[in-house]
Amino acid sequence: MSQIHLELTRVGIEFPTPKGPFCALQNVDLKIKKGEFVSLIGHSGCGKSTVLNIVAGLYQATTGGVVLNGREVNEPGPERAVVFQNHSLLPWLTAYENVELGVKRVFRGKKTRAEMREWIEHNLELVHMTHAIHKRPDELSGGMKQRVGIARALAMEPQVLLMDEPFGALDALTRAHLQDSLMEIQNELGNTVIMITHDVDEAVLLSDRIVMMTNGPAATVGEILDVTLERPRNRLELADNVEYNHYRSAVLRFLYEKQKKIESIDAKRAEKQLDKDAAGKAKSVA
Amino acid sequence: MSNKLATLKFEQIKAVKWRDVLIGILMPMVGILFFILLWHTAAPNINTSLGDFPQPKQVFEQWGNLVDEYNTEQEREAVFYDRQEKRNAELLAQDPAAKIDAREFNGRPTFFDKIKTSLVTVLSGFFVASVIAIPLGIVIGLSQPLYSAFNPLIQLFKPVSPLAWLPLVTIVVSAVYVSDSPMFSKSYIISLLTVSLCSLWPTMINTAVGVAGVSKDLINVSRVLRLGWFTHVMKIVLPSAIPMMFTGLRISLGIAWMVLIAAEMLSQNPGLGKFVWDEFQNGSSDSLSRICLAILVIGLIGFLLDRIILLLQTYVNWDKSAVVR
Ligand SMILES: Nc1ncnc2c1ncn2[C@@H]1O[C@H](COP(=O)(O)OP(=O)(O)OP(=O)(O)O)[C@@H](O)[C@H]1O
Ligand SMILES: [Mg+2]
Repeated sequence: MSQIHLELTRVGIEFPTPKGPFCALQNVDLKIKKGEFVSLIGHSGCGKSTVLNIVAGLYQATTGGVVLNGREVNEPGPERAVVFQNHSLLPWLTAYENVELGVKRVFRGKKTRAEMREWIEHNLELVHMTHAIHKRPDELSGGMKQRVGIARALAMEPQVLLMDEPFGALDALTRAHLQDSLMEIQNELGNTVIMITHDVDEAVLLSDRIVMMTNGPAATVGEILDVTLERPRNRLELADNVEYNHYRSAVLRFLYEKQKKIESIDAKRAEKQLDKDAAGKAKSVA
Repeated sequence: MSNKLATLKFEQIKAVKWRDVLIGILMPMVGILFFILLWHTAAPNINTSLGDFPQPKQVFEQWGNLVDEYNTEQEREAVFYDRQEKRNAELLAQDPAAKIDAREFNGRPTFFDKIKTSLVTVLSGFFVASVIAIPLGIVIGLSQPLYSAFNPLIQLFKPVSPLAWLPLVTIVVSAVYVSDSPMFSKSYIISLLTVSLCSLWPTMINTAVGVAGVSKDLINVSRVLRLGWFTHVMKIVLPSAIPMMFTGLRISLGIAWMVLIAAEMLSQNPGLGKFVWDEFQNGSSDSLSRICLAILVIGLIGFLLDRIILLLQTYVNWDKSAVVR
């Protein structure tokens, strides 16, 4: 049994707003083992990105804290690489140079120039970007940019890889392709991964555990689902797998029954109509 | 059928080309011609103490005169050196140990020498301003407290006219810049400093705004990579601030050129400003035409300087597809 690697203890955060402090997260507890793949899923605006940013060190928790390998996390660092939701590549650098920026930072003094070069090329190869290595982001498609963002994070050999909806903005085909690549890479390198997603299939396919978050404000961990599907996983074979579909429906049930967020439009309309009628009546009475 | 389609297309292309030619070349020419015509007809109706206001023709004649003056000066210079050399050769022939003179030709600065002086002065003033404004702009753009500290000063000094700075600069330079064999003339230093003082601000403000406006996402990237201060500035801050910086530089150079002419008039730096001033004092029948000519040249040089900054921007900017105008 591998030991706890990353631990969030009673993490809470309040954002100062003009209308007073807004409590986005409360009592988030999470223990993650080395090499584990964890997905965060929850409705939009519940606080998934906030959790990730706290682990990354970009936000400071107001209460509680994050411990990585026995040391408290207080600031960002390259051992917790982030794949940003909108890729965040530097537009003035080529794919190669974008990856190089991180590699130089992490491996200065440890790798020779030639080794660094090889390492950068190797990482771009992992995400199948060899053909466009010297192109700048504005010459790349959305999926390609996202892949470079992943390569940049991987190339830093992070202990924890933090991914904020890495495939959110991509078409289904590209997404499937990148998911497969990610599974392969993670299988090979054994990074600990925390990935935010909106996509139930993606969560079940990739994760060892799925952390389902309750709706905000003061969001917290609602349920945690262990996914014990055999690896390597194949999306086609899993489509008819009973266990897979069981996990899938568990997540769906959590999202759409227990944490039901969006009322149906009809219901809303009916409610409004009722309000109007009531108002009309009140007027006629007056 | 397809043939007809082809001709149709061809005609469309021709029509588009026509439009481009019309907008790009013909219309500017029409504008210029219209202006010259207006000037030509209006000028004789303006009677000044120096005679009628010059027409375009007379102004362009002055160009010829100025070129002639330049050529005469060149000849005089050649003759001067020729004579000096001959005399030295004779002296040496009589007595190999004789002391020979090597005096420099001390001719009158022609119109073209004055253009050169003006260009050198404005560029050095602009250079000094940029060397101060860009680093300072970066520093105050990166730090909100420093920005708050500098902002009132910037706002206070930005609107000050060069004519207000000049007396102050003149007196201070006269007091501080004392040397027996000055490398630069006082008037040059005074004009340069006045230009710098006035053209500093747009570059500083725009650089600061550009630096402060770096996208939050990119700053997060830099924080995650834990880039050092220098790398952060070089790799993240500067590239994203470049467009704003150049906007500032362009405004600054424009101001520098305007200020220079005024500064030269008062400080007597032998440039275009002094040329205009001298002609004004001179009051000969040619003076008005020469002043008009100087105005046209000043405008043209200002335009060219702006184009040069634009070229520099397209060269430096990472975004080659950015439209600069
Ligand atoms: N800097 C901030 N200041 C104030 N409120 C914030 C800030 N960042 C986030 N919030 C609030 O915290 C809550 C959680 O935001 P967060 O971005 O974590 O949501 P999310 O789960 O990532 O949503 P999505 O899936 O749409 O990306 C939201 O209600 C948001 O308004
Ligand atoms: Mg988010």
